[in-house]
Amino acid sequence: MVEIRNLTVAYGAVTALHKISLTVNAGEIVTLIGGNGAGKSTTLRAISGLIRPRSGKIMYQGTDVTGVPAHELVARGLSHCPEGRLVFANLTVDENLRLGAYLQRDRKRIAEELDFVLTLFPRLSERTTQLAGTLSGGEQQMLAIARALMSQPRCLLLDEPSLGIAPLLVKSIFDQIVALNRTRGLTILLVEQNANLALEISHRGYVLETGRIILSDHAAALRSNPDVQEAYLGA
Amino acid sequence: MLPRSQIVLLISLITAGIISASSSRIDDYILDVILGIGINIILAVSLNLINGFTGQFSLGHAGFMAVGAYAAGTLTTGPGKVWFDASGASPALLFPFVLFAGGLTAAVVGLAVGAPSLRLKGDYLAIVTLGFGEIIKVILQNIEWLGGSRGMVGIPSYTSFFWCFGAAAVTIYAAWALVNSTLGRGFLAVADDEIAAEAMGLNTTRYKIIAFVTGAFFAGIAGGLYAHLKGYISPAGFDFNKSIEIVVMVILGGMGRHVGVVIAVVLLTVLSEKLRDFGDKRMIVYSALLILLMLTRPQGLFTWKPARKAITG
Repeated sequence: MVEIRNLTVAYGAVTALHKISLTVNAGEIVTLIGGNGAGKSTTLRAISGLIRPRSGKIMYQGTDVTGVPAHELVARGLSHCPEGRLVFANLTVDENLRLGAYLQRDRKRIAEELDFVLTLFPRLSERTTQLAGTLSGGEQQMLAIARALMSQPRCLLLDEPSLGIAPLLVKSIFDQIVALNRTRGLTILLVEQNANLALEISHRGYVLETGRIILSDHAAALRSNPDVQEAYLGA
Repeated sequence: MLPRSQIVLLISLITAGIISASSSRIDDYILDVILGIGINIILAVSLNLINGFTGQFSLGHAGFMAVGAYAAGTLTTGPGKVWFDASGASPALLFPFVLFAGGLTAAVVGLAVGAPSLRLKGDYLAIVTLGFGEIIKVILQNIEWLGGSRGMVGIPSYTSFFWCFGAAAVTIYAAWALVNSTLGRGFLAVADDEIAAEAMGLNTTRYKIIAFVTGAFFAGIAGGLYAHLKGYISPAGFDFNKSIEIVVMVILGGMGRHVGVVIAVVLLTVLSEKLRDFGDKRMIVYSALLILLMLTRPQGLFTWKPARKAITG
């Protein structure tokens, strides 16, 4: 569904990604793991069109989407749930969610989708009229994911969903991610610091180190790989 | 049945008409100040659309006002006068079209200025609009058939209470309706978090440009009203200080609030009139008051209520 080839991304003089290549097949959950500054978020931003790559190619559903702006990709079913949640703090929960469906003109489908995400995250349904900035960190993360789902994506790029969230909430968020993948066939590219948890729910994984992919394998194989265990799983 | 907001607009327009009909009984000086308030309301409310609701920072509002003033003045006084007279229609009837033309010209210039600079994120807009304000001034100073630095004189005084406050009411209504629409939610999202807005599928550049051009349009209308109120315009009257004055009104009223901004405009306009007694020391008192206000109420003077109603459905 997503395929990137020899992707190089630079911020000014600093190269963040060096010719990386990776593939996410339809219906898969794929995890990118790696330390701080490895280029995980940059990869997602490049795919969703938030930053322009210096060179390389990004394919989405078989077509070249290199340099296509983010708002056009959302319309094609690629949704990015950015790191640090980035909810619209001065808008209500309801408005945040409706903004997620900004490109959807059919009111009935918006209502259906709203119902769906609110059953997915019942905590949010108690707070629809509350300003998003007043939610707890975990609730904001749920909101960010729910908002990303409002555009009815076929492929979801999920950046650090567990960041700064109580372990119990992380568990419930990850359960919902798996459920989305199983029931809706949603393809997910996940970036996660908590590599253990991420590999547990993923089909495959890539290991990024200072802008290069150093390893890729099935999730189970990565989990039992001694190098990965030492570097990222804290074994 | 009309929606409530449109009824309010209609009542405002009728009230403006009634007051206008009896405006000859109002003292000339007082009327001049009142009409000045109306023009400032248009300027501040339209700038609020850009600086308050969409979270951009424009410092060039006086520039758009100048464009509108000169465009409108050209039609009634400058080279356009031939056409204006030849049309044979009553000036009072043509005046709204003149104002509209001024607004449209300002909007076109706004598009030319905004389109390249709004593609960038960050403070570029402030720098570009600051430069734009100065450039417009210099350009106008050097166009001989517009009066150069002497300015344009003998502009007929078509600006009545009705046109002034009618336009102000329309501006407030338009800004209100815009902010409470789907489009307006886009503005608010861009103000809140541009990256997230983009990730949600919003073409953020487009929203910023729409807000900016709309703001410029109404600044142009205000310019036309100003020209036909004072009867005289010169490039120096639309300098950086004028832009700052409008920015101060928006900040003081509370960014992204309509009512607060209107109150701030009234207060500041009256204040600056009252301070005339202090002569040259006026600006010192004015700025001291501003500093004091910013220290004690940085969120704006009039922010006791939520910025807007929540949108549902």
